Amino acid sequence: MNEGTPVFKSRMTGWLLLLPTLVILVIFLYYPAVQSFVLSMYRSNLILGTRRFIGLENFRQLFTGLLAPGYRQVVLQSMVFSASVVILGLAISLAFAMLANQKVTGSRFYRLLLIWPFALSPAIAGTIFSFLFNPQVGEVNQILSRLFGIAPRWLDNPLLAFGLVVGAAIWKELGYNVVFYLAALQNIPGELSEAAAIDGANAWQRFRAVTLPLLSPMTFFLVFTNLAYAFFEVFGLIDILTKGGPVGPSALNLDNAGLTTTMIYRLYQDGFGGNGSLGFAGAQGVILLLLVAVITVLQFRYGGRNVHYGGG
Amino acid sequence: MAARTVSAGASAGSGRRPRTRWLIHILLILSCLVVTGPIVFALIKATQTTAQVLSPSMVPGGELWNNVKTAWVTADLGIYMRNSLIIAFAVTLGKTILSLMAGMALVYFRIPFKPVVFGFILLTLMMPTQVLIVGLFDLVSKQAPPTWVALLSWIAHPLAPTAYGFNWSNSYWAIIVPFLASATGVFLFRQHFMSIPVSLADAAKIDGAGPMRFLLSILVPMSTNTIGALAVIQFVYVWNQYLWPLVIIRRADRQVVQVGLNLIISTGQDTEWGLVMAGAILALIPPLIVFMLLQEQFMRGFALSAEK
Repeated sequence: MNEGTPVFKSRMTGWLLLLPTLVILVIFLYYPAVQSFVLSMYRSNLILGTRRFIGLENFRQLFTGLLAPGYRQVVLQSMVFSASVVILGLAISLAFAMLANQKVTGSRFYRLLLIWPFALSPAIAGTIFSFLFNPQVGEVNQILSRLFGIAPRWLDNPLLAFGLVVGAAIWKELGYNVVFYLAALQNIPGELSEAAAIDGANAWQRFRAVTLPLLSPMTFFLVFTNLAYAFFEVFGLIDILTKGGPVGPSALNLDNAGLTTTMIYRLYQDGFGGNGSLGFAGAQGVILLLLVAVITVLQFRYGGRNVHYGGG
Repeated sequence: MAARTVSAGASAGSGRRPRTRWLIHILLILSCLVVTGPIVFALIKATQTTAQVLSPSMVPGGELWNNVKTAWVTADLGIYMRNSLIIAFAVTLGKTILSLMAGMALVYFRIPFKPVVFGFILLTLMMPTQVLIVGLFDLVSKQAPPTWVALLSWIAHPLAPTAYGFNWSNSYWAIIVPFLASATGVFLFRQHFMSIPVSLADAAKIDGAGPMRFLLSILVPMSTNTIGALAVIQFVYVWNQYLWPLVIIRRADRQVVQVGLNLIISTGQDTEWGLVMAGAILALIPPLIVFMLLQEQFMRGFALSAEK
């Protein structure tokens, strides 16, 4: 490591090299972040362009006012959605990566087939799934109606739609997760597992006691990238597949918002879809920024715990 | 007994019982089906006639070229693809250059309060664009300040709602310039440069190389893995962006292909699913090529260091 021993003495050049990055970050990240806080305290309309200072009224509306039941539901289903995508997605990806890591004939070919969806986008996943599961002309329902005489309303039935969005979101992220898990698996020295085998550990015991702990730094990394994916990037998939709908069942008190509306989708709907109230959107942006901050702090606080760093 | 267990464990794979090997093959084929199934479906549907597309038939047809041509020309896919390509290349190139420069400054130059500057850059990892769109929208779309006085009074009041902006709605600038800096890039290059022996930089300096020569003839050739890894991450990220272009670009002929797919779905009375599937496949090709070409660099320069 060569920290702290600057080779070039010119201060001017150093700052000039940093300047473009700093200018872009200040203007296009810090300033909009500050503006989210500012706008959250205004009643402002995208279409009319009006701005009026109202203090914390937007937050009051979201937490206890007229919008509260809908927003509470959106927050709740965002959490359930993200937890499902992260937990199920990582479990399936790890299983696939373990399989791809086996030394069998054609393993290079299998690996290639399993990692290429790294390049897949949420919008493309949404596009293909909306045709596959189209109630009338979709392949899935055509096959189901031929074989069993049923044609589920995938996009109108709230629970089916929620499950479909979760499934499509997991499918889209498989390639990304398998790439990273496979890289981590290939880094694990084979002797460790062999030593455990000599001691009489069966395959499951070897997985629990050797492989899983050695993978924990990668799992930790993937939990956070997948959380960011489930919270923010899935937007394109939802917009194409369900547009945030359909409204949930009233029996479960989930009829205050579309069941596949996540927090970022609600922000978009309030700020840019239809009523264009940037104030509410700004307030939701502030809530999301604080949420990201809390998660980041947790990540740094608990980063060391339960995580095995091989060799230091 | 012990000897047998050792040989069984040591030769994991090749010496395994045939039944286990078959099971692994079957499970691998099943997982490949899960991963590639929907894409194969889209690919087959893209080759069929309109009538076949709406039937459950999964037999490839001969209409691929016609579907691609119609999507490309009539449904404007060609325009969306061109827009996405321009933006993705511009952002990837710009991000790489700016991150290289900043990473170099942080390792090889005397910068006062260096940890603060680095922390200031890293802090932006906590600001996802999707969350910032409310603030970003005003800044990018509003009219430019008409006079210098207006500009100065705007700068002097950063806590008032944005009065002026860049007037970039419907232009490429709106989806290029805000993304030119990268905390991930600066971080990766800084880590990489710190692992290069400092004697190399000293030697270069003794040989009379200035910072520019040092960057171009020593640092860049030694950083191909990091550059390749960053290029893959950024290209795929920019190519796949959806929310910001959806909000800021209102003119269809400036739209990117991800949002364009949704425009093709919702054109006309009935969705032409054959064209849409052809579009989805074409939209997947550029990032796939970049990923396949730079896969080795990506694995060595990022995937393997992510856990450290």
